[in-house]
Amino acid sequence: MTITPITIAFFIMAAFTLGGSLGVVTNRNLFHAALYLVLALFGVAGLFVLLEAPFLAAVQVLVYVGAIAVLITITIMVTRRIMGVTESVNRQWPLAAGVSAIMAITLGFVVLDRFAGKLPVAAVPGDNIVRLGEALVNYDAYLVPFEVASVLLLAAMIGAIVVARE
Amino acid sequence: MIPLHWYLLVAAGMFALGIYGVLARRNAVAILMSIELMLNAVNINLVAFWRYMAPEALNGQMFAILVFAVAAAEAAVGLALIISIYRNRETVVAEDINLLKW
Repeated sequence: MTITPITIAFFIMAAFTLGGSLGVVTNRNLFHAALYLVLALFGVAGLFVLLEAPFLAAVQVLVYVGAIAVLITITIMVTRRIMGVTESVNRQWPLAAGVSAIMAITLGFVVLDRFAGKLPVAAVPGDNIVRLGEALVNYDAYLVPFEVASVLLLAAMIGAIVVARE
Repeated sequence: MIPLHWYLLVAAGMFALGIYGVLARRNAVAILMSIELMLNAVNINLVAFWRYMAPEALNGQMFAILVFAVAAAEAAVGLALIISIYRNRETVVAEDINLLKW
């Protein structure tokens, strides 16, 4: 494995992602955990860029960093009064850590057993984003999932307004 | 070019951290944040497999887009529920929310 700029960029983004994830689950201050979540989400967007999926990277930044992270931060501020008083993890945390470690080891074993050293089979077509956009509104491709997702978002929006209203 | 298993290992680590967060954190908002981590790990896997296995197909990216939509809906409804519970019970600690527990 030679060190190229791509490899260095991958390691930086992987460090953002994993370090941010670790901060989210371990930080006692919930507001700092939310900031670590933003870091992890930016790392994932960087990985999408390295995987040559620029549209998904843009959507990741717009939807996750722009909307979901802000929503979570506002919720933390609204419910702040009891923050930082109690400890951040429950009594079963060693058990949870064990389950998590078993999951990581199992997944790592399967990945290294089946997919070690695999390289791309082909280059990404240049008109990939165009085809993606056309497939979303093509009746023979993904029009129905697209519309179902729209209805789901509408239902979630109305539901959130109804549930959170005074 | 970076081999496929590096991306998959990053995603596996992120998913395992998310599982730990969901099982161990007490605050409901922290649990929701851990769920977002797990959804993101799955998205990394979907896009990595799309890039390395079938870059001319559209399914991988399309799945990731639908995961985005579902994650947005889940975050909106989940946080609304947490705010509503906080108004009524003055707590967001998951183990204190036991009205439906028998």
